[in-house]
Amino acid sequence: MKRRAILLAGLLVAGLAHADAGVPVTASHAWIRVLPGNLPAGAYVVLHNDGAKPLALTGADTAAYGEAMLHESSSTGGVSRMRTIDALPIPAHGTRTLAPGGYHLMLMDAKHPVHPGAKIRITLKFDDGSTLPVDFLARPASALSDKD
Amino acid sequence: MKHPRVPRLALFLWALACCLLLAGCQHHEALPFKLTRISGHMPDLQFRLTDDNGKTVTADDYRGKVVLLYFGYTHCPDVCPLTLAHLHVVMQQLGKQADDVRILFVSVDPTRDTPQALHEYVRAFDKHTVGLTGSAGAIEALTKRYRAAFSREPSGKDGNYEVSHSSAIYVFDRDGHARVLSTPITPQADLVHDLKLLLDSGD
Repeated sequence: MKRRAILLAGLLVAGLAHADAGVPVTASHAWIRVLPGNLPAGAYVVLHNDGAKPLALTGADTAAYGEAMLHESSSTGGVSRMRTIDALPIPAHGTRTLAPGGYHLMLMDAKHPVHPGAKIRITLKFDDGSTLPVDFLARPASALSDKD
Repeated sequence: MKHPRVPRLALFLWALACCLLLAGCQHHEALPFKLTRISGHMPDLQFRLTDDNGKTVTADDYRGKVVLLYFGYTHCPDVCPLTLAHLHVVMQQLGKQADDVRILFVSVDPTRDTPQALHEYVRAFDKHTVGLTGSAGAIEALTKRYRAAFSREPSGKDGNYEVSHSSAIYVFDRDGHARVLSTPITPQADLVHDLKLLLDSGD
């Protein structure tokens, strides 16, 4: 019974993502808003740092797109802005959310058309040199989150 | 004893006329909107652009519809799609009445946003959305008319750049009069509420 519970817990963690040896980050709610043609797409994910030290997301790599950039959108005074950022800190034992209208990965130049329903592997890179592969769910343009 | 009746009737008619006149003047401000009112602060809808079917259109083509005007561009990966996705939810909540509403998505990047590119883009969100593009001059005239700022400029050495554009959604009544202003963070229910007021008032 106990063994079964441990196995189940292990499966659950694996289902959430990753488990690269040494990366204390777990990823969940990973999705991409797919736009028509070859337009840049926004990728979103919730990152939790299980470690005792702060970490920072510094970028991402994926075979599916030519480029993945870390961006921040903001809306103040009736103006929307988007800027590139070099590092996104995740506090120790804390959570950082990449969500529409805020932090996101901008994916450019898809190597092959990406259709809603597809899983796209994106490897997140952190400032300590560690990496975390995460499967992002491709969702339609009008989606507002990873689920309906 | 018959004499007083005539002045009394005249007085009544005069009072009625005054009421109607006042009601007429105040009509635009009488609706209990939840969003920021812009009646009298923004000019009527007016433009001559190309729609996503390649047809030349003017504001007159949308008279009779409640219009949501939004400036953006297709290569905007985050806020523009988020705004259009929110508007899609708003349109769904309007049900059948959504047929009397048009979302006009005006591209501020006319070089890349051809009618064909816009067509594919707007269809991915809501069927009541029309993509509009045109000459740089025509687009600039429209952004200036509604004081909607837009800029795209390099801000760093390593290819970093910053894009900024007005996030406002301008709402016009069926007669093309500017009425309220919505933003990407406006609660959907408030926008639905105000659109229903405009749709139901028939004004």
